[in-house]
This record gives sequence, C-alpha cells and structure tokens, in this order.
Amino acid sequence: MEIAQENKVLQFVENLSVGNDLPTYRAMAKDALAGMDFPTTRVEDWKYTRVTRITKQNYKSVEATADASAYRIPNMDANVMVFVNGFYDAAQSSIEAQEGVTISAVADMDLEDYLDKLDSIDENVFSLINKAYYTGGAFVRVEKKVVAAKPLHIIHITTGEGVIANTRHFIDVDQSAEMEVICSHHSVNAAESFSNVVLEGSVGVNAGLKVHKLQLEELDMFHISTENFIQEKDARFDINTITLGGLLVRNGLNILVDGENCDTMLNGVYLTKDKQLVDNHTFVDHLQAHCVSDEMYKGVMDGKSKAVFNGKVIVREDSQKIEAFQANGNVLLSRDAEVNAKPELEIYADDVKCSHGCTIGQLDEEGIFYLRARGLGKKSAEQLMTQAFIGEVIERVKNETVQEYIYTQFEERFGWVR
Amino acid sequence: MLTIKNLHAKVEDKDILKGLNLEVKAGEVHAIMGPNGAGKSTLASVLAGKDGYEVTEGSVDFDGTDLLDLETEDRAREGLFLAFQYPVEIPGVSNINFLRTSINEIREYKGEEPISAKDFMARVKEKSALVQLDAKLASRSVNEGFSGGEKKRNEIFQMAMLEPKLAILDETDSGLDIDALRIVADGVNKLKNEGNAIVVITHYQRLLDYIVPDKVHVLADGQIIKTGPKELALELEDKGYDWLTEKA
Repeated sequence: MEIAQENKVLQFVENLSVGNDLPTYRAMAKDALAGMDFPTTRVEDWKYTRVTRITKQNYKSVEATADASAYRIPNMDANVMVFVNGFYDAAQSSIEAQEGVTISAVADMDLEDYLDKLDSIDENVFSLINKAYYTGGAFVRVEKKVVAAKPLHIIHITTGEGVIANTRHFIDVDQSAEMEVICSHHSVNAAESFSNVVLEGSVGVNAGLKVHKLQLEELDMFHISTENFIQEKDARFDINTITLGGLLVRNGLNILVDGENCDTMLNGVYLTKDKQLVDNHTFVDHLQAHCVSDEMYKGVMDGKSKAVFNGKVIVREDSQKIEAFQANGNVLLSRDAEVNAKPELEIYADDVKCSHGCTIGQLDEEGIFYLRARGLGKKSAEQLMTQAFIGEVIERVKNETVQEYIYTQFEERFGWVR
Repeated sequence: MLTIKNLHAKVEDKDILKGLNLEVKAGEVHAIMGPNGAGKSTLASVLAGKDGYEVTEGSVDFDGTDLLDLETEDRAREGLFLAFQYPVEIPGVSNINFLRTSINEIREYKGEEPISAKDFMARVKEKSALVQLDAKLASRSVNEGFSGGEKKRNEIFQMAMLEPKLAILDETDSGLDIDALRIVADGVNKLKNEGNAIVVITHYQRLLDYIVPDKVHVLADGQIIKTGPKELALELEDKGYDWLTEKA
C-alpha cells in the first residue's frame, strides 16, 4: 500500500472512479498504471515538454452542461456528437441514420473486439489513464463499400476549473468504405483543466479516412491527445491537426502503415502566442512496401510561446519503394519565442525515396518592406505574410467548409483580415 | 511636389549620399542617371524609408509634408510610389488581395470609405489592360514565377492601381527587351498627367526615347553634379560619365 501511495500516476487518478465490472482491456489498463510513471524531460520523447504542470494537480471528473450550438461549423451538413467534460451529451447531438454506418456513444458498445486491431501500437501513460478512466466517446463503424453520406463532427467542450475530461473515440472503416471526421476542442471557464483525449481506429483495405482535428480551447487549459491509427492495404488516411488554443498542448500521432500501396498524409498548423507550449509528435511506421507518406507541418510563434515538432518515420527492412516526405517550417515573430524541431528518419530498406526539411526563421523582411511601400501597415503586412506561410498547409485540408472555418478562427483569434 | 535639400545618408557607416539636391514639380518627368555605385538606388530606398538607410543631414519635403518623418506605409499613403529594381516574390500572397488591402488602407488613412468589390474589379480590369498584364497574373501570388518583364509590368500595374502623386521608377527598364520596354513606357505615359510627377532612375538612355524627361540629372558620388535637358542623356550615352566626374 505504501508503494502505491508513492506512485505519482496512482496519486493522479486518486479522485477518478470507474465501475467495478470493467471490461478486461480497461481493467488491464488500470492495473498497468501501478507500474508507470509520468515522463520527465530526461525522456527523449518529452525532452522539451515538461508535463509536471499537468500532473502535479488532482483533477475531478464531473458531468456538466455547456451550450454547443456556437461550435457547430457553419454551412456544414454533418452528424454531430457533443461531449462535455468527457461525457456524451445526447440532447445536443444529432445523428441521422444511414445503412451501413454506425455512430454511437461507446458506452453502448463493447470495444474489445475492435481494440485488438491496435495491439501493436504502444500506449503511453496518458492514453492508458484514458483507457482506464474514460467517461465517454464515439464509436464509428462504416461497413464494407459504404461511403458515409455526412462527415461526423465531434465537439468536445471542457467547462469548470480543475476538471479532467477523458474522452476516447474509435473509428473503424471497413474495406472500400469512406469516412470523414472532424474533432473540435473548445473550453468555457476551464482554467487549469485537462483534456486527455484518445482517437484511434483502423482504415481497412482500400478504405479512406479523413480526420480534421481543430484545437480551439482557451489559452488556460491543458490538452494531451493520442491519435493511433492502423492502415491496411491500399488504404488512404489524411489527418490534419490545427492547434490554436491551449496553454500546454501535446498532439501525439502514431500511424502504423501495415499494408502495401497506402497513402498517408499528415498536415499540421500551430499558431502560438503568450506563454503557450504546443508539441506535435508524429510517428509513421512503414511496415510494408510501395507506400507514400507526405507530411507538412508549419508553425508561427509569437510572445513567449514555445513549439515542438518531432516527426519520426521508420521504414522497415522489407518496405521497399517507400516515398516518405516530411517538411516542417517555423517562423518566430518575437525574440522570446522558441521552437525545437526534430525530424527523425530511420530507414532500413535500401530502395526508398525519403526526404525531410526543416526551417526556422523570421518573416521575410524584404517582403514586408515591399508590402509597406505599397501602403500596407506593418501589422497587415506581417499578417498577410503569416497567412501566406500557413496557407500552404491549409490548402492541403481537403474540405473547403473546414478550410473556411479555420480561416474564421484566425480572424477571431488573431484579428486577421481577408 | 518633391524638394530634396542637402540630403546626406549612410548605409552601414558608409556615406553614400553627400549633399543631394533635387526639385521636382507636378506634371514633370525627371531622369536620374549615373555610374554604378553613385547612390541612385540608395536615393530610392531612402525616399521609401527602407530600414538600414540612415539620413544624417538634410530634408525632404513632399507636398508640404516632412517625408523623412513618416513610416514607409504613410509615405505610400501620402502618394509616394517606388517601383522596385528587384520586385520581391511573396509566395502565397495574391496580388489582388494585397492590392485591395493596400487601396483600402490608403483610403482609410485619407478618411475615405473602402472601395466596393465592383469598383475594385473594374479598376483591376482597366489597369491590367494598360500594361497588358494577363488577368491570371494579376490574381497570382505576388511576382512568384513571373518573368523579369512580367515583374516590371506588375510594378507599373500596381502603380496604376494606386494612382500615386509621385512615382519613382528604380531601373524599371533594366533587363527588358524592346517589346516589354514599350509596354512599360506606354503604361507610364498613360498614367502621367498635370497633377503627378515621375522620377526615372536608369542606366540606359533607350528608356528616355519612350518616356521623355523634362530634365536629366547626373548623380555621381552622392550628389547631383549636372542637370540638363533631355539631350543630356544622349550625350551621356555617347561619352559616358568620366568627362563629368573628372571635372567634378
């Protein structure tokens, strides 16, 4: 008992509770926590992101209400699921039935059979806490050859101080099926609260899945997310991660490409200010030959904010003819802003085409002078240049309504004009 | 319109302009010629307010305003236009979008209403025709992937859109073939009127066959050392600058 008391992870979950008749996978996750610790900055994967700020607190898990209407995306015809503090809010959700498409709250489903698919992806301490203690989530299954008529928009709202929201979603797209999911994250008066979210799933043979993650929380809360996906043969997977909010944010993407001829596209934008820290870790594991992965992340840091980009790609020994591209661009707007960028390529095959590029700089002064010499104020000129820099990534978000919504967020949060 | 008195300026502790005087009146076209390193482009940069150019002495009056007191954008808003020797490529920023922002910020500065979308597009159509700039180029990213001639035509297109009081063309003719030169010069001539003025900085007399100046100045070692009528340009082409600089 004494030993357990010294375990920081167990202290952290002290105030959280789950029922006694847990399914095996959750009971195992709960047991596993006893042997775990939170990562320190001595752990390479967390070198630039100190999580003590998050883990030193005790959070409460509480159901609450919050109006989600303001977070619906204008002009978007989507099925909507709303989660407040990690609990499903059925009253605010609207799901239109479609043959071959299951969209339901996870509590209604036993995930056991599906989770096996992701056995080979390692969990971390936060995703394990989530697994043991999650309070709600979406289960999505699109059956063979079915194209989902509407995208699913999952709205997450955290409200109240010192709250933890453990939400866990699972998306299963079967052979030759197509699905699109938008996950947006918001907060209302949620200072020092913690959103700990897991999104995972499987993209089946010749199937397609697009995910757009929009991190739009206020600048006073913490957010750690884990996105674990596995791709089978001929599968297409796009994931766009747009991070504008949060005080300390970590987006962790793990994609296991376990089939030939897969297409994987990862795009990311992070715009930070004040004292924000935004950490994007991506990991693409190429287990099979003839696949393409293309990654573009760009960030602009202002104030005393910090960003971390770590893009890891492994090309396994027999994965020939892989094309893996990675580009990371950063602009620092202030002297106190910081970015730590680290591309990591591990290639064990000998017939591949891989590249990575990483830039850190300021906005082009010649360009700003040119625009000012045409009558644009300094601020407008800088904003136009920033927008142009970021725009290259936004253009890769293959949904115009989502693109439009992202630009609206720039206007609201950064006063951009168009 | 523009009165420069005893202008001294330095770049990185090196004196470039050493007591330059110039007077340009409304309705006039002035040409400034001179050997390399004389300070021609420095003059353009100083007038536009570029960072790194320090004015140590002298004054520049622009239509009653102390030009040197203004930020770069306010100089533009007061009606100064600099056509760049090397127009900057700005990937991702569309020509059209930035020009609309530019026109509206100039209007706001003058206390005017923003331009309507309809009037703006009409103006784009009219002015791009003036310099035979393809409408597609007008809406592409600023100068990105433009040929040399297209970049210079884009400068004159922007000048036409902004309707400045005083335009300084910094070697706008350099590197242009005769067709492109004619188009650029033709555009400038159509924009010229009694109320505005143009200063042409050039290496080559050829431009002055198409944009006929009222006065030609020779800038050497940071000063205007000779001023004459348009024929002076021909003489310079013939004899070079040595006969002037040696005498000075």
